[in-house]
Amino acid sequence: MTPILEIKCVTKRFGGLVANSNISFDVAEGEILSVIGPNGAGKSTLFKLIASFLRTTSGEVRFRGQVISNLAPHKVARMGVVRTFQETTIFRSMTVRENIIVAHHLRSKASLLGFFLGTRQARADEAAFGGSADDIIAFLGLEAIAGELASNLPQGHLRALSMAIGLATDPKVLLLDEPFAGMNHDETMRMVGLVRRLRDERGVTVLLVEHDMPAVMKISDRIVVINFGQMIAEGTPAEIQSNEKVIEAYLGSEDAAIGM
Amino acid sequence: MTRTSKLIGVTAFLISVFIIVPWAIAASGRWDFYYTLTSVALLSIASAGVWLTFYIGRINIGQGAYALAGGYVSAVLVTQAGFNFWLTLPLAGLFCAGLSVLIGLPILRLRGVYFAMVTLVLTEVARLAALALPVTQGAKGITSIPLPGEVSVLGLTLIPDFATLANPKLAFYLMAVLLMVICFAALWRIVNSRLGHLCRSLQQNEELSASIGVNTAYLRVIAYSISSFFGGIAGAMFVAISQSIYPSSFQVADSVNFMLNCFLGGLGYVFGPMLGTLLLYFGWDLLFATGRYQLLIYSSLLIALMLVLPNGILSLLDRKGGRK
Repeated sequence: MTPILEIKCVTKRFGGLVANSNISFDVAEGEILSVIGPNGAGKSTLFKLIASFLRTTSGEVRFRGQVISNLAPHKVARMGVVRTFQETTIFRSMTVRENIIVAHHLRSKASLLGFFLGTRQARADEAAFGGSADDIIAFLGLEAIAGELASNLPQGHLRALSMAIGLATDPKVLLLDEPFAGMNHDETMRMVGLVRRLRDERGVTVLLVEHDMPAVMKISDRIVVINFGQMIAEGTPAEIQSNEKVIEAYLGSEDAAIGM
Repeated sequence: MTRTSKLIGVTAFLISVFIIVPWAIAASGRWDFYYTLTSVALLSIASAGVWLTFYIGRINIGQGAYALAGGYVSAVLVTQAGFNFWLTLPLAGLFCAGLSVLIGLPILRLRGVYFAMVTLVLTEVARLAALALPVTQGAKGITSIPLPGEVSVLGLTLIPDFATLANPKLAFYLMAVLLMVICFAALWRIVNSRLGHLCRSLQQNEELSASIGVNTAYLRVIAYSISSFFGGIAGAMFVAISQSIYPSSFQVADSVNFMLNCFLGGLGYVFGPMLGTLLLYFGWDLLFATGRYQLLIYSSLLIALMLVLPNGILSLLDRKGGRK
């Protein structure tokens, strides 16, 4: 089976700083793959390159065989590679439901003029978005806060909302940037369950960047390790835990940091 | 607010501007009010445009440039090409919309104060262009523009020739208010359709907007060109009333006022710019009696209002528990 996402020799330089150097790996369809590494290793940069929010210095990213690197970000999203954000980025002065409805943009068949005029297609779209938003709300268990302004939500809910926004775009590949950051153990385990269901029930391929090692070990099918912009290891959680280079990269931090 | 109460509100507004106001003016004999109210209607159209750029998260202090451009397009077409004014009205709007696409493509990449500064310069650029270009006749301006002509379809007169009317002031008032009603209805529709939701998503977070697949550059230009269209038709209509246009007809101060109208009325409310324009315009006139202290009192009041009601006057409605 051909991989859904191919990262080929991707390099990103910011002036003299090499944030990503010659990184290559494949992501299989329906896989949950984590990218880990110490702070400043270049994980978030890699995500931005994949979602094409940054231009690569060299190398390319392919989605189902098509090059997506250096396209406009909205075009990449349109193809099905969607990124959620590190700092719980949401539309603050909209309600939870409005956030999710707006995020359905990619699925609209009517034109903007059609929406202005209120054509039949536009009304059908609006109804479909509302229905789908309610599905997503139920899927993520957000019913109780659906009418709440996003700016009033606590951290954990914001994270779920940011995932809901990602889901609304009907992604093939979802890039989750630190989905467990700032969560306690219970919240993390709930989120792990959600990400699994995302893959199992909706067939979404998930890429995530994360620091919470126990969660990463629990959730990932495969792990890619980056250090100083270089990819130093790739493998199953068990392989990564016993990899010399990885242990070396994390040396100085507690052993628990890589879940041992 | 329910559907019926909205409908009642709109009907009450239409009845008051089209029937009660003309009746009150006729009864009181204050014919000069027509000019004031016509101005308010037109300025509020230009402000509505500025409001829409606020809605995508951009501070626009350049609406005067488009009002001036729209005015000149109409004036030149009427005086030199013999066009009917009513035809030049949409043409002026379209010209400004087209112009704003060219200008907007590069400058809409800027955000915050940087965008605001560039737009501020636009008004001055427009004034200098009007001074320099041969077609605008420099500082002399274009004067003695004929009153709007007749519009008829299949022999049926829709709009009479203004030169033949006994009371062109009333006619101008009615047309300006009609134009205002159409523009605000369109704005209302934009804001409450998906287009408006997407604009709000831009205002709140452009990166996230792009990541959910919104073509942010395209949407920004669309909103900006609609905004400039409003500026253009407002400017054209103004010129028809004053029957003249000079490079100084719309200046930086006007651009700033368009923005203030939006602030004062409320950036979160479609009808904010309309109310803001009315209050600012009348507020200035009412303070005329204070002589040389006029500007001082006026500015102090504005500052106080913005401190007390940072979300505009219409936010008072929300405090009482009502909505828009």
